[in-house]
Formats: sequence, structure tokens, C-alpha cells
Amino acid sequence: MANFYLDNPSLKHHLHHPLMKRIVELKERNYADKDNFDYAPVDFEDAMDSYDKILEIVGEICGDIIAPNAEGVDHEGATVANGRVTYAPGTQQNLEAVRKAGLMGIAMHRRYGGLNFPIVPYIMAADLVARADAGFENLWGLQDCAETLYEFGNEEQRKQYIPRVCNGETMSMDLTEPDAGSDLQSVMLKATYNEKEGCWYLNGVKRFITNGDADLHLVLARSEEGTKDARGLSMFIYDKRNGGVNVRRIENKMGIKGSPTCELVYRNAKAELCGDRKLGLIKYVMALMNGARLGIMAQAVGISEAACREGLAYARERKQFGKAIIEFPAIYEMLALMRAKTDASRSMLYETARFVDIYKALDDISKERKLTPEERTEMKHFGKLADAFTPMGKGITTEFANQNAYDAIQIHGGSGFMKDYACERLYRDARITNIYEGTTQLQVVAAIRHVTTGTYLSQIREYETMNYKPELEYLRKKLVEMTEAYEKLVTQITETKDNEYIDFHARRLVEAASHCVFGYLLLQDANINDNFRRSAEVYINYGQAEVTKICRFIEEFGIEDLGFYKA
Amino acid sequence: MSLRIIVLAKQVPDTRNVGKDAMKADGTVNRAALPAIFNPEDLNALEQALRLKDANPGTTVTLLTMGPGRAAEIIREGLYRGADGGYLLTDRAFAGADTLATSYALSMAVRKIKEYDLILCGRQAIDGDTAQVGPQVAEKLGLNQITYAEEIVNVKNGRITVKRRLERGVETVEAPLPIVVTINGSAPECRPRNAKLIQKFKHAKTVTEKQEASADYLELFSTRPYLNLEEWSVADVNADVKQCGLSGSPTKVKRIENVIFQAKESKTLLPTDTEIDELMKELIANHTIG
Repeated sequence: MANFYLDNPSLKHHLHHPLMKRIVELKERNYADKDNFDYAPVDFEDAMDSYDKILEIVGEICGDIIAPNAEGVDHEGATVANGRVTYAPGTQQNLEAVRKAGLMGIAMHRRYGGLNFPIVPYIMAADLVARADAGFENLWGLQDCAETLYEFGNEEQRKQYIPRVCNGETMSMDLTEPDAGSDLQSVMLKATYNEKEGCWYLNGVKRFITNGDADLHLVLARSEEGTKDARGLSMFIYDKRNGGVNVRRIENKMGIKGSPTCELVYRNAKAELCGDRKLGLIKYVMALMNGARLGIMAQAVGISEAACREGLAYARERKQFGKAIIEFPAIYEMLALMRAKTDASRSMLYETARFVDIYKALDDISKERKLTPEERTEMKHFGKLADAFTPMGKGITTEFANQNAYDAIQIHGGSGFMKDYACERLYRDARITNIYEGTTQLQVVAAIRHVTTGTYLSQIREYETMNYKPELEYLRKKLVEMTEAYEKLVTQITETKDNEYIDFHARRLVEAASHCVFGYLLLQDANINDNFRRSAEVYINYGQAEVTKICRFIEEFGIEDLGFYKA
Repeated sequence: MSLRIIVLAKQVPDTRNVGKDAMKADGTVNRAALPAIFNPEDLNALEQALRLKDANPGTTVTLLTMGPGRAAEIIREGLYRGADGGYLLTDRAFAGADTLATSYALSMAVRKIKEYDLILCGRQAIDGDTAQVGPQVAEKLGLNQITYAEEIVNVKNGRITVKRRLERGVETVEAPLPIVVTINGSAPECRPRNAKLIQKFKHAKTVTEKQEASADYLELFSTRPYLNLEEWSVADVNADVKQCGLSGSPTKVKRIENVIFQAKESKTLLPTDTEIDELMKELIANHTIG
């Protein structure tokens, strides 16, 4: 049967990026755990070999268990009765397999029972799981909440809860409410402190909560009576063992059906404050969301990968007019572009993951000792890049996943419209990725300041100065031209100093920047590994045309045209 | 109660994806042409052992395998899934063994292990498909045996209760320990390799493997004794060399031929889920599919 890790050589390529040496060294604190844990690596090669071996297990479980279960899970979905959720049988089997394989809490420190995985291999596992079943990736990926609990909880809470996650208990992050979706500062769920008992109680309703019947919840609630904005919100830990939260219903969704989306009723649910009061949204949820966005990127990449494979397999097998349809230009162009967008998305995913890895590891080290000035600069540099790349990556790769799933159906023709083929599930599953954890429109809001302050441009220039093989020079030249066009656009739009006008074109600017970034990342891949050459060519052709289109639109657009668009 | 379980496991060529060069001219399997894997039904047996370990704290699971040096991989694979240790029976004198010589060698190794309550193994291996080794080991050790087991229901007060999957149904039997139980492929699949265990045991090696030029991380062996995998030779298990390997094997392959299946029999099934389910089970059990 298929092993989703071994059948996709691009994964090893990304795993073995030169920056991994630094990442692993930081993450492993120079391999200090080796004397205390029998499963800790003794050196860099040993650590890399372990990631490789564990990803092989993930790939095997994905190919042999999760992917074959995906159709049944999609049909059956989760159910709710008496306030409790029951997963589809396939989901239960998936969970059992990842638990037995020890794949929960894998990024956590060993002292809490984790594997101390850097983000890169962790997110690679997410990429694999999402290809097998995007809905299951949600349940599995919510182990990410443990990271937030680790970062902001106290030592007692870490010791109490993180080992449970590593042992396989699931998590949820309870943020949104009927009247607080993208606008989380309107959260109303009430947290009341009981002086006598010395603990908090939660009352109210949460809505659209993924895996809302989880064992452990991180809850955003209003702890400061009378407040109306973000400063009155704090974060809490709710343990299902204490009771008080029931699932009122689960949503009937278009896709990711195996992942129950719950409406929760809190009735005097006992909870613990996590971190400081009033920082719930301002600090903790923002951190949580950035991690979650990286997870959604991985989900998008996994769906894109699955869509490419479904499309390709069908195009090879389906014969019309006496030949396989892949031989028709209209079809092979679609497939080539799907592959290019998928490869570009994946390169972006791991580039972002590396940035997050370095800055997070340094941030974690700073809890143990004072960082050197060089380390502080390094942390700031990568922190800023992570901040810039996360919304761009989440925004664009999830749009690509939708386009790829759409094209996969198109290649299938009428058959793709039927429930008989996996592509229709991919299409439905993809549709949420550019909505949750912040819509693409909100990713643009987060990304645009890196357009105006030049974070993207300076990183693109950095890529420009790298060494490329002579035979790739002409592609680099194209990217240089694209970058120049992008730079001109940014000046042209920002110098109007009209915020509404900038907002109006923001998505176009972020997209133009992303085509340069994605193009360079693929060029770097092609520089090391010839297998990426085709995707680099196809993507850069595509990106160049897109940037030209954007330029033309903006050139022809007068500030006064805004009026035609207003509601 | 805690149990001492021995799991007999075999490294086999993956005959599920056979190419043209799968057999050599002399009628033996061309092992070099096929990837070596853990015999599937032995994995089912390992899972049963691990479940007993989960349910009975203090239980130990020990693998015993016979094969060339590279069969040490079987022991590592078992350790990655939760076994406690293992022995590799390896010696040139064991080579070319048929089921009689194999069960002799295994039974001698079991005698050397000495203390055990339960011996589990797969019903049969996918290379020979004889289903003889398990029962022969039981005979040679003078033990009871239960074959075609699908589930070990429980072990208590020195007795084991086992569900057997037979052609026309399921039979539940009870027997006293110690005993040999052979496990069917219809038993639950083996659990996946565990991330922590794979990191803990991936450097485990036999003495022979440690001597290979490419062997690395040897400095770990002094502080991590569990990395040493034990190898046993004919002499180590006090076996009679004449009863081992080719010399102890009355089976001689006279000739091999290609068999082309032709549909001669037909069978009518009712279009119900139960009948289809039964058919699927039958096809999986006789290796037509899966």
C-alpha cells in the first residue's frame, strides 16, 4: 500500500534544507536531552534520521489507514447525542492509530512526554495527514493548542495538561461565538471568579468550535465585567473531566465532515486562568492563531497534493477521441499548473515553517537564559519574516488549494461531479481553508503592512542575490523583472497616502509579492534538485503573467473609479 | 497475571508483489529480488501478544526469529511496536531449512529461553504457506496447541480462552498454559511502530551488525545495554547440527511450474451485506486479495 511520505520525494528535499542544522541545534539545545531520555538524538544526523523514520510511520498510517477511511468518514461524519460527540468509526480508528504511534504532542518538550519535534517535521506530518484526509488533520492538528498552553500557562498547568495531550487526548480552541467571528473582540462568554473556591466559572455560548467535545479546551472569555473590547478578554483552560460544557449541536457542513464543528453551552464550567488576565486576545490568541494558520497552510498543501494526484491519475486513465486525455494541451496545461501551484505552496509552507522554528526556538531558549546580542538579532529577523510569511502563505496557498481542487474536478468532467470520485470531497474540503483561521481577506490585512514596510521586498532581494546555476539565469531574470514591477506598484499606490485606495488594491499587491516569493522559492528548489525545474518554469510563467495583469489593472485604474465599486 | 510470551516471527520476501524473477532456477525463492518484510500473520500474532501485555502489567514479549543476519530487522520492528526483546537464530548451518528443521531449531531456542507461558506465531508465512511450523514447534516441545486463532479472549488462572476462525464459523476454546497459539490473518492488524520506541531502538544491533564497516553510534552500546540484540548459533541453542538446515530437511523441491488459475467452480451468493462480507473474508483468508 501507499506510503504518503515515501511516494513524494519532494518532502525529503524540504526536510533536508540547509537551515535545518541551525534549527535542530537550537531546538535540541546542543543535544542535551541525550543523557536523560532514551529516545533523544545524540547529534544532528541522528535527529534528522529520527524525523525521517517517524515521517515514514506517518506516511504509512496515512496511506494505509487514514486515506482509505476518508470516504467513509465523509459520508458518516460525527454525530452528537446527549451533549457528547461520537466520531465516525473511521475517525476513531485514525485516532487510535496516531495515538498508538505516539504522534500526539510531538512538538512538545520531552519532559512533558513529547518528541521535541521542530515545526518543520511536525508541519510535514500535517501536510501528509491533510493529503489523506483534510478533516482528520484538524483533529490531529489541534495538538497545536498544547504549544499555546506551554507558552503561556504556568509550570503546574504544563505538567498537568501537556502529558495528557502527548498521551493522545484531543484539544480545541474555543474562540468564536454567534456574534464574534472574525471580530473576536466582541466575545461575550462570561468568566466569573469565585472568591470562596478560588477558581473561575464560565457561562455562555460558543459557536463553530472545531472538535468542541475535546478533552481539553482553551477558551477565550470575558473576565472583566463591564468591558466591551479586547482588553477585557482572558484565556482559560477547561478540562472535560470537570464537566459543565455540553455540545448543543454540530453543524451540517459542506466539507471536512469528519471534524465536528460544535455549538457549546457553558453552564458554570469550572476553568483555570491561563497566563495573565486581559491578555487573552491581545497576546495569546494572536500567537495561537499564527500557529494555527501555519497548520491550515499545511492542510491546503495536502489537499493540493491530493488534487494533483487525483487529476493526474484520471487524465492518464481516461480515454477520449482515441487517446488519454492527458495528451490534450487543455488538460496537460491544467495539470502542469496544478503541480506548479502545489510545489510552490509546499516550498512556501516549509520556508515559513523554518522561520517560525528559529524564532520560536530562540524565544523558548530566552526563558532559560539570556540570549546573546547575535541571537536576539536573529530572533527578531526570523520573527519578522514568520510574521510576514504566515499571512501571505495562508492566504495564497489556500486559494491555490481551491483552484487545484476545482481543476481536479474539471479534469474528471462529468464524473468529477459525481460522489464516486475523491475530487469532489477535496473540493468541498478545500473550501473552508481560505475561510477559517482568518479569511484570505483578513490575511491580506495582516500582510499588507509587510508590503508597505518592505519586509517582502527585502526578502525577495535576498533571494535574488543567491547563487543560481547558469541554466536557471533566465528564470532569475524574469523574477527580477517581476520584482521591479512589484516595487513600482507599491510606490505608485502607497504614495497616494489614501488608505482606502491602498486597502482596495491590497490583495493585488500581496499577490504580486507572493508570485515573486513563490517563484524564487521554486527557483531555489530547482537549483538543488532538477525535479523542481518544471514547476519552476511553469510557475514563473504563470506568476509573470499574473503580475503583468495586476500592473495593467492598476495602471488603468483611477482613484475616482473607487466610487463605482462602493456599496 | 503477568505473562512471559514468546512470539515466533519470520522475515519473508514480500510475495504480494511478485515479479518474473521471484524464483530461482533451482526452485528456491530469489530473496534478493523481493523486499524483506515481517510476515503479515506474525504481525497479527505480535499484536495479540502486545494486547495481552497491555491488559496484564508485567508481561514480557520476546521475539524469536531464525534467518540470515539481516533478519535482525524483525526484532527491531518488534521493539518499535512494544516488544521487550528478541533473539536472532542465525548460523550458516540453519540455512535451507524446511519446516521440520525450522521447528527443530526454534524449539531448541525456546528451550534455551526456558521460561515462558505462551508461544504465539502467525498461522503461516506468505513464502511457504505451509502452516506447519507453529504446530511442529508445539509437538517438539510437547505442548498443547490452538491453531487458527482470531482473538485471545483472556488469560486467567493459568488458562487461555481463544476464539478460532474456522471455515464454517467461529469456535471458542479453552486450554491450560503453557501453550502454542497460531494466529490468523483475520485477527486485528498490528499496531503501528511507535515514534518514541523507534528513536529508542533504531540503533540496536547484533554483534555481527556491529562489526559491519558502516556501523555507527557504537559508543552508545555501553550506556544503553538494551541496544544489544542477541544472536544465537546452532551451538548456542545446543542443537544437533544434523537436524538443522538443509541436512535436517527431508523436503526436496523436485520441480516448480507456473499454475494458471482457471475458473472451474462457481458459487452463487445472495446480494446481502453478510454474504459479501463472508466472501471478502474468504478471499482475504485464502490470499486471493489483500
